[in-house]
Amino acid sequence: MVGIVIIAHSRTLAEGAAEVARAMGVGKAVVEPAGGALDGGLGTSIDLVEAAVAAADDGDGVVLVADLGSSVLTARMLIEDTDGENVLLADAPLVEGAVAAASMAATGADLTAVHAAAEAAYDHRKTR
Amino acid sequence: MTAVESLNAADVANWIRRAAELVAADTERLTRLDAAIGDGDHGHNLDRGFRAAVAALPDDAPPGRTLIAAGRAVVSKTGGASGPLYGTALRRAGKALGDAADVDAAAFGTALRAALEGVQDLGKAVEGDKTMVDALAPAAAAYEAALGDGADLAGCARAAADAAARGAEATIPMQARKGRASYLGPRSVGHMDPGACSTGLVLRALAEIVGGTG
Repeated sequence: MVGIVIIAHSRTLAEGAAEVARAMGVGKAVVEPAGGALDGGLGTSIDLVEAAVAAADDGDGVVLVADLGSSVLTARMLIEDTDGENVLLADAPLVEGAVAAASMAATGADLTAVHAAAEAAYDHRKTR
Repeated sequence: MTAVESLNAADVANWIRRAAELVAADTERLTRLDAAIGDGDHGHNLDRGFRAAVAALPDDAPPGRTLIAAGRAVVSKTGGASGPLYGTALRRAGKALGDAADVDAAAFGTALRAALEGVQDLGKAVEGDKTMVDALAPAAAAYEAALGDGADLAGCARAAADAAARGAEATIPMQARKGRASYLGPRSVGHMDPGACSTGLVLRALAEIVGGTG
């Protein structure tokens, strides 16, 4: 199954988004949080992200959902380092993208479909 | 110290050490700049990152691998957006140098250009966005221009450092289009970009090392 990694500046933000996404993935989707800096404070840690990707990847690939700034840059850098074949960053809002990705991943869809579902989260508008 | 004509591994290590010293000395200033328009952590983050880079300097590796090791440490320990950006710059520069034991002025120019391209690939910033690119791009261009005029390594590095400093000053009237500062719109005008400022410090460190004044 395609795994999902939530990269956010805060540990609790990543864990919270992962909690919601797992619930929407009806207990099947594998959603790993990678939040905050190594010391537990705010920030981004490529070491935490690498560990989360390793935990989320069962061979079918991983979709990364990031909040902003260094989260996005760290995700892009990790993909560059891993040659990018099996790990994709979704251009998506954090919670919505994570929920969409987890919902699609739970169906057994492939990496391309889960990534597309996360990016389609932008289309779900809130005031119109 | 006297001026060096080419960089060996020890020179590159000394550059990273000097950059770490300059960043440490200006930590509070960088953080103040960042507090004006960013999230107020640039100085402390970069200080932590460059300290880690110094600690990670290999004992016996060519200049390219020395920069790659420094870059990896910066990525791992910095914690903010400057980690991936500076880390990519150092690593791309290191990769461009390959396993050469000595780096002449032309080879270092290629590495500087590779660093700029790495930063732009990752952060997608262009000149005028009020980012470190506004210091690094003119620095690479000035370095290449000096090289074309027949300058030695010290002359090229000085040109790059001067251009980076001018580039950082030139970010003051710019409106930010990247990072947290971009959320402020016109209110980001009137402050120097901290990333451009720190880029100036790193290139100043290079000029000092190759000019024999570091």
